[in-house]
Amino acid sequence: MLGGVSPTVKFGVIRFPGSCDEVDAQLACERVGEAVILWHGDHDLQGVDAVVVPGGFSYGDYLRAGAIARFAPVMVEVTEFARAGGLVLGICNGFQVLCEAGLLPGALLPNTTLRFIFRQVSLEVATSGSPFTRACAPGDRLSIPVKHTTGRFYAPDQELARIEAQDQVLLRYAPGHNPNGSLADIAGVCNEARNVFGLMPHPEHAVDPLTGSVDGLAIFESIAAHVADSVPAGGVPG
Amino acid sequence: MTVRARVLVKPKAGILDPQGQAVERALPALGFTGVHNVHVGRLIELDVEDPARLPEMCERLLTNPLIEDYEIVEDADS
Amino acid sequence: MATSTQRHRALGLTDAEYGLIVDLLGRDPGDTELAMLSLMWSEHCAYKHSKKLLRRLPTEGPAVLMGPGENAGVVDVGGGLGVAFKVESHNHPSAVEPFQGAATGVGGILRDVFAVGARPIAVLDSLRFGEISESERSRYLLEHAVGGIGHYGNSIGVPTVGGEIYFESSYEQNCLVNAMCLGLAPHERLIRAAAAGPGNVLVLLGALTGRDGIGGASVLASAELGEGDEAKRPSVQIGDPFAEKKLLECCLELLDSELLVSLQDLGAAGLTSSSAEMASKGGVGLDIDCSAVPLREAGLEPFEIMVSESQERMLCVVAPERVEEVIAVCERWETRATPIGAVNDSGRLRVLSDGDVVADLPVGVLVDDCPLYDLAPAPPQTRLYAPPPAALTGEESPGEILVALLGSANLASRRPVFEQYDPVVQSRTVRRPDDADAAVLALPTGEALAVAIDGNGRRVACDPRRGAAEVVYECAANLACVGATPLGLTNCLNFGNPEKPHVAWQLVEAVDGITEACRALDVPVVGGNVSLYNEAPSGPIFPTPVIGMVGRLADPARAGRLAFTQEGDAIALVGEFAPSAVGSELAKLRGEEIAGPLPLIDERAVQEAHETVRQLVGSGSVRSAHDIAEGGIAVALAECCVAGGLGATVALPEGLDPFAEAPGRAFIVSGSPEALAGLQVIGRVGGDELEVAGQLEVAVSELHEARERGLAKFL
Repeated sequence: MLGGVSPTVKFGVIRFPGSCDEVDAQLACERVGEAVILWHGDHDLQGVDAVVVPGGFSYGDYLRAGAIARFAPVMVEVTEFARAGGLVLGICNGFQVLCEAGLLPGALLPNTTLRFIFRQVSLEVATSGSPFTRACAPGDRLSIPVKHTTGRFYAPDQELARIEAQDQVLLRYAPGHNPNGSLADIAGVCNEARNVFGLMPHPEHAVDPLTGSVDGLAIFESIAAHVADSVPAGGVPG
Repeated sequence: MTVRARVLVKPKAGILDPQGQAVERALPALGFTGVHNVHVGRLIELDVEDPARLPEMCERLLTNPLIEDYEIVEDADS
Repeated sequence: MATSTQRHRALGLTDAEYGLIVDLLGRDPGDTELAMLSLMWSEHCAYKHSKKLLRRLPTEGPAVLMGPGENAGVVDVGGGLGVAFKVESHNHPSAVEPFQGAATGVGGILRDVFAVGARPIAVLDSLRFGEISESERSRYLLEHAVGGIGHYGNSIGVPTVGGEIYFESSYEQNCLVNAMCLGLAPHERLIRAAAAGPGNVLVLLGALTGRDGIGGASVLASAELGEGDEAKRPSVQIGDPFAEKKLLECCLELLDSELLVSLQDLGAAGLTSSSAEMASKGGVGLDIDCSAVPLREAGLEPFEIMVSESQERMLCVVAPERVEEVIAVCERWETRATPIGAVNDSGRLRVLSDGDVVADLPVGVLVDDCPLYDLAPAPPQTRLYAPPPAALTGEESPGEILVALLGSANLASRRPVFEQYDPVVQSRTVRRPDDADAAVLALPTGEALAVAIDGNGRRVACDPRRGAAEVVYECAANLACVGATPLGLTNCLNFGNPEKPHVAWQLVEAVDGITEACRALDVPVVGGNVSLYNEAPSGPIFPTPVIGMVGRLADPARAGRLAFTQEGDAIALVGEFAPSAVGSELAKLRGEEIAGPLPLIDERAVQEAHETVRQLVGSGSVRSAHDIAEGGIAVALAECCVAGGLGATVALPEGLDPFAEAPGRAFIVSGSPEALAGLQVIGRVGGDELEVAGQLEVAVSELHEARERGLAKFL
C-alpha cells in the first residue's frame, strides 16, 4: 500500500464479450489500488488512472485474435487516453488488441508449436526505465505463467531494430524459456512514448502466494508508483 | 448489384508459417511427394453491394496488413 | 415411404415398445410424435436398462442440496455456498470426430452446471483410448480429443484442473471421453428444472437451431435426401465456446436478477427432452410453437426442430411480466432470447407449427411411462478379454521393471497433455496438475475444495465388485492426500451391451461395489451418467466406472503436495497394505490373464488410513502425501522422487512386492522424523537415487527421463 498523501490508484479493466481474465486482473489491481470493470459498449473510462486490457478470447478470437475487440466502443476512449499519455497495460489477448489497434508495434502470430501452451516461465526484465517495470531492476527474473495459442511476437526487421534501439522491449523470455518462438525472445514491448505496454505472460496470475509466484505484483506496483508520482503535490487528481 | 466475392488471405512471404510447414511435412507421409512452398491462410466469402469498397474492408478489418497478404476474387456470374 | 412398422424400428423402438405407445395414446403416433417418443424412449435418454439398478446407489447425506435427477448434483460447502458437479460421457461422438466430440462434451457438461445456477469453476476429464504405441488411430483420437477439450475449456475461461488418461486395446473401437464440471453458487441462486406456473412463458436462449444430430430420425423426412444433401444433416456438432460464454454470463445475470422461474439446458434430444423433463418435474403441460424457434436455415420440419441437438441453447420459464427484462439482459450479452411457448396445467406436451397441432402427447408417456427393463445378469462363462501381448521378457531386474513401468503410456508424465489446458483462470487454483493427487480450489470463505476423477477398466474386468469399489476408494484417497474430506461423488458408468447377461452382471456387480464403498466412506452419489453399448465385434469394453469426487478442506495453505522436498525427511507407509499382482500394470506388461479376484478390502482399515492422512496433511505434520495406486509402492516412491528431484533410501516390509497393487488403501508420506515418529517409517529422503533395499537402485534422473518421454514421444 502506498503511504503518505498519495491517493489510491484507480485501474479500469475492460470486459469484452469473451474476456476470461478480467476478474483476475481486477483482483490483482486491487492489491495495489482500486479497480473497476469497464464495459466494452460504454464510452466511459470512469476517470481511471490506468487501463488494463485483459486476457481471454474476446469475440472468440474470430477473424484474428483481438481484431474485432479493437473496434469496440470503449476503445475510442482508450485510444484517446493513450494518445494523451495515460497508462495502458495489455495482457495476452489485451496485447493482441493493442497491436491490432496500432497502439503497439508488431503483431502476435501462432505459436511455432501450433498448440495452446500453459507454462510457468522465467522472464528477464530488460529495462526498469518504464512505468511498468520501474519497481524492478534490469536482469531481474520474474516467474510468471503464459497461456496462449497465438503469442509469437513479430515485427518486420526495420521495426524490430527500432524497437530494440529505443529500449521498447521491457521483458524477454529467459534463455530456454521462450514458449512460442517470439522474435528476440520478446515477451512484452511498450510504445515509443512508453505509456502503453503489452505482454503475453499473465502477471495477474502471479500475485498470490496461495496460487503461485508473486513476481507479477511488481508490474502493478510499478504502475501505482508511476501514477502516484504523476499526481500534483498535495492535490487530488481532478 | 450484389456481387459474390471471396477474399483469400495468406501469411506474408518471409514470415514463419508453422501451419504451412506442418502440412508440407505431413503430405509425404501419405504418399504425396513433390509438394513445396505450402502456406495456410483463410478464406472470407461475402455478398457485397459495392465491391469497390472491398480493398478498404480488407485493410481495415478483414486482414492485418502487417502480417498478411490478400487477394480479392469477384464472382463473374452471381 | 416406409410403413409405420418399419419406421418405428428404424428409429430404434422395439415392436413391444411401439405397441405400448399405441396403447397409451389410444392411436398411432404422428410423425413428429414418433420422432419425439423414439428419442425419449431411447436408452440414452430413458436409462431403460440402468434406472432400476441405479436406485441402489446411496444418494443422501447431510451436505446434499440437490441429488440425482436435476441437471447437476449440489453439495453445501459452507458460507452459504453450494458446489454443483456432474460427469458425463461423450464417447460415441468423440469416436466420430474427436476434436468436436470432446469439445461439445465439455460444452454440454458446462451447461448442466450453469443450468442449476452455478458458475463453472473447473473441468476435469477422463479419457481412454486404444494402445497408442500400436494404433495410429488412437494417437489421432488422443491428440484431437485433447485439442478439443483445451479449445472449449480455455476459450470459455474455465480452468481444466485435473484428469486421467489410460490406454488399453479394449478401447480401440470404443474410446471413452468423460467430462466433469464443478460450479459454485450462493444457495439463493440455485434453481431447479421444474417448469411451474400455468401462464408463464417458455423462452429459448442462445444459438440458432439447425439440423445437428438428427441422425436416425431422418427416416421421417418427408423429402428424400438426394445426393449432395448429406451436408444438410451434419453428423458432427460444432461447439462454439464463445457463444456459450455469452450464454453462461447471461444466464447467471438472469438468475442473480431473479428473472427466471426455472432453467434447463438442451442436450440429447434437444427441445423434446428439455421441455418434457421440465413439464414432468413440474407436473404441468407445455405448448411449444415450432414456427417461433429461430432457425439456422429455412425449411426445417417440426420433427427436426424438436429433436435438433444444436449446441449452446437453454430453455427457461419466465413470468409474462418479466419477459421484456429477460430479453433486455440477453441483448446486452448478445444472446438470442425468443418466447416459443407457454406453461399450462394440461399435463400434455403440445407442439404447434404455423397454427397446426403436430404433436399432442401426455407428458407421462414421454417420461414416466417409458418401460424400464430388468437386467438378466449372469457371470461370463468364457474369457471375455484376451490378455495383452507381453512387453517384458521376464528377465528384467526390478530396476528395469520400474523404468519400464514409469515409461509406459499409462504411467508416464501427462505434461504434454495438461500443458494444453489453462489451469489457473479464475484465480482459485491452489494445486495444479502434477502438484498433488487432487486439484485444490480456493473458496471465498477461506476454505478450499478438492476434486479428483478416477476410473479403472482392467481391474474392474478382473473383479467388477471390488474393482468398482476400489475406484471410489482411490478417488477418496486422492482427496485425503490434499487433506480433504469427501462431500459427494458423481459417476459415469461406461459398459458394453446390457442385454448380454455377462455385461449385465458386470454392471450389477460394479454398482454394488460402488454402493458398498460409498456406504463405508459415507459419501453420497449426487448424480451421474451411464454410457452403454460400448461394444466392438470382438466384445465389450472393459467395464469402466469413472468416479468424480469433491471434498472440502479447511486451510488451502496446508493443501498437500506429493513431492519429496527435504533431504533427511523420513518416509512412512500409512495404511494396511496387502496388494497383489492381479490386474496390475506389471501384470499387463507381462501379458497376464485379465482375471482373478482383487485383494480383500478392509473397510475399517481404509477409513482409518484416509482419516490418518487427512489429519497429517491438515495439521501440517507432513511435507508430502501420495496414494499408492498403479505400479504399486515402487512407482509411488519414484513419482515422489521425480516430482521433488530428490532420491530416497527405503526398505520395504518383509515380503511386500514393490509392484503389486491395491489402490485406495495405502499412502506414502514424508516429513521430519519427529513428526512421523508414530508411523511405519520405511526410509529417508536424500541423495540422487531411489534405492529400495534388496530390490533396486535407480538414478532419479533416469526415472525422470523415462517418465517424461513415455507419453510425450507419441504426441
